[in-house]
Amino acid sequence: MTLTSTDVALLEKKAEAIRETIIAMLVAAGSGHTAGSLGMADIFAAFYFHILKHDPKRPEWEGRDRLILSNGHTCPVRYAAMAHAGYFPIAECLTLRAFGSRLQGHPERLRLPGLETTSGPLGEGLSQASGIAYALRMDGKQNRVYCVMGDGEQEEGNIWEAALFAGKYKLHNLTAIMDRNNIQIDGMTEDVMPLESVADKYRAFNWHVLEVNGHDIRAFITAVEEAAVIYEKPTIIIAHTIPGRGVPEIEFDYHWHGKPPTKEEGARFLKELRTARGKVPHEYA
Amino acid sequence: MLNQDAHLSEKTFADDIATAATRDGFGVGAIEAGKADAHVVVLCADLKESTRAEEFEKVFPDRFIEMGVSEQNMAALSAGMALAGKKPFIASYAAFNPGRNYEQIRTTIALNRVGVVICGMHAGVSVGPDGATHQMLEDIGLMRMLPHMTVIAPGDAGEARKAVLAAASAEGPVYIRFGRAPTPVYTTSETPFQIGKALVLYDSEKPDIALLATGALSHTALLAAGSLAEDGIAATVLHVPTIKPLDTEAVLGAARRAGRVLTVEEHQIAGGFGSAVAELLAEKHPVPIKRLGVNDEFGQSGTPNELLSHYGLDRRSLCDAVRAFVRP
Repeated sequence: MTLTSTDVALLEKKAEAIRETIIAMLVAAGSGHTAGSLGMADIFAAFYFHILKHDPKRPEWEGRDRLILSNGHTCPVRYAAMAHAGYFPIAECLTLRAFGSRLQGHPERLRLPGLETTSGPLGEGLSQASGIAYALRMDGKQNRVYCVMGDGEQEEGNIWEAALFAGKYKLHNLTAIMDRNNIQIDGMTEDVMPLESVADKYRAFNWHVLEVNGHDIRAFITAVEEAAVIYEKPTIIIAHTIPGRGVPEIEFDYHWHGKPPTKEEGARFLKELRTARGKVPHEYA
Repeated sequence: MLNQDAHLSEKTFADDIATAATRDGFGVGAIEAGKADAHVVVLCADLKESTRAEEFEKVFPDRFIEMGVSEQNMAALSAGMALAGKKPFIASYAAFNPGRNYEQIRTTIALNRVGVVICGMHAGVSVGPDGATHQMLEDIGLMRMLPHMTVIAPGDAGEARKAVLAAASAEGPVYIRFGRAPTPVYTTSETPFQIGKALVLYDSEKPDIALLATGALSHTALLAAGSLAEDGIAATVLHVPTIKPLDTEAVLGAARRAGRVLTVEEHQIAGGFGSAVAELLAEKHPVPIKRLGVNDEFGQSGTPNELLSHYGLDRRSLCDAVRAFVRP
């Protein structure tokens, strides 16, 4: 499907709305993961408003594509994207991590329809996505399976077991997306445990490897479309992103991996988000 | 006397009773489950011969998935397959499945509440010559702690087959524990099996003791009951293949009647079947209890019989333990 510049602009607006919701929900929760969530807003806007075949009113619809979030700690971006797509009211986002909320600190399938699986402990999403992809292919189904992973979690051995499997069985209906933002809790990934050349590693595991600017929605969608026509291998899209994207004062800072903004910071961040787009502050400001 | 309703083998006490390993029951049961349900798939981590998964592969090559030596991937991947409508059985040695992949099982199978059947092979010291690394003695404890998980240790190959079939139609996750060594096949096709139900194998009118056993040691408990009867000690033998959910009614009933309970398992005493029984009795009906199992140590190389004897899990040791308990 041809993507017009108007389409891209609309997706960028969705990403911006998702970012604003992320800030609001993290402030309300008082804990949670800010940097990765903000960094993935463009990609999640692309998924929920362009790429995925899905129906927010029928989360169990058989024909849906499957989106697995392996690094479940970035769930604010998924919850926000789902809310904006109509899975549940946007106001419910403010219950993130609260007692009784469907929006658990790490995603739980049994609590919130549309999550596909339970995730958070790192390194397990690619296995689950591979299992879904393998089973769908056994049944001759055409649904595509996407697995969003962090870069820090590439340090888990489980990832490489799954990578071997997907390469061996040529899971062409599986597309992995790595959020290559170079940070993890203890610091920069290359200091904590060097991953490079991670693209070469996946190539050596028989994957088709693409690299994109994760904030270039058009480039990302193009990469996803390319992955769909590679029949010989699974594809991984290494999406280079800026942690904390949209809030200049926290961008690139690994200290923001696992903490939320305070109320004051949240107000300032929202202002920064809007200033960047020249918008008028509204209820959050 | 033997409980007639259990329909046990006529050769239950005979020396020439047929033997088979419980893992053989997996091989047979998986094929039957596969014929009954096209969604059944078997995943195996490079141990298809010794887990008997290859029996399934021979019949359903397209539904057998060779995972290579990757138990963590096998567990999480099976969860994905279950989410896409399959009924996966995942097979490897219990030391690695659930020993190696416990967290994957916890998160992607148990918390996720998907219908994966985890098949832990080569459990217990009776694995024999492979030694401590491969003699899993902590799996019952690990698995019974998990919410949503059903835990089964079949008594013989025939019951293992039935457990596999029952697990195939269970809703949530199930763990089944299998052994490597051939053990007496004392149940028959008539012997009832139901997940969550214990079975009285042997009973006495006024029992001095209730022997509660799980896994293949239930047969050893039966033999011990026969020997003890000759000594004038009356025992009832309750076989408890489902450790979770525990058949509380049957366990409490046996404890009430005998007033004294001895548990037997090829597992660490801490955290295993005996612990589950002790937890129940301590709260609902405290009676003197003695738990037999491996006492806070690892196994070692040897023949199955040497090891069962060394760890106090053969017939003679059971009889000695009962005598010391009943007539101190």
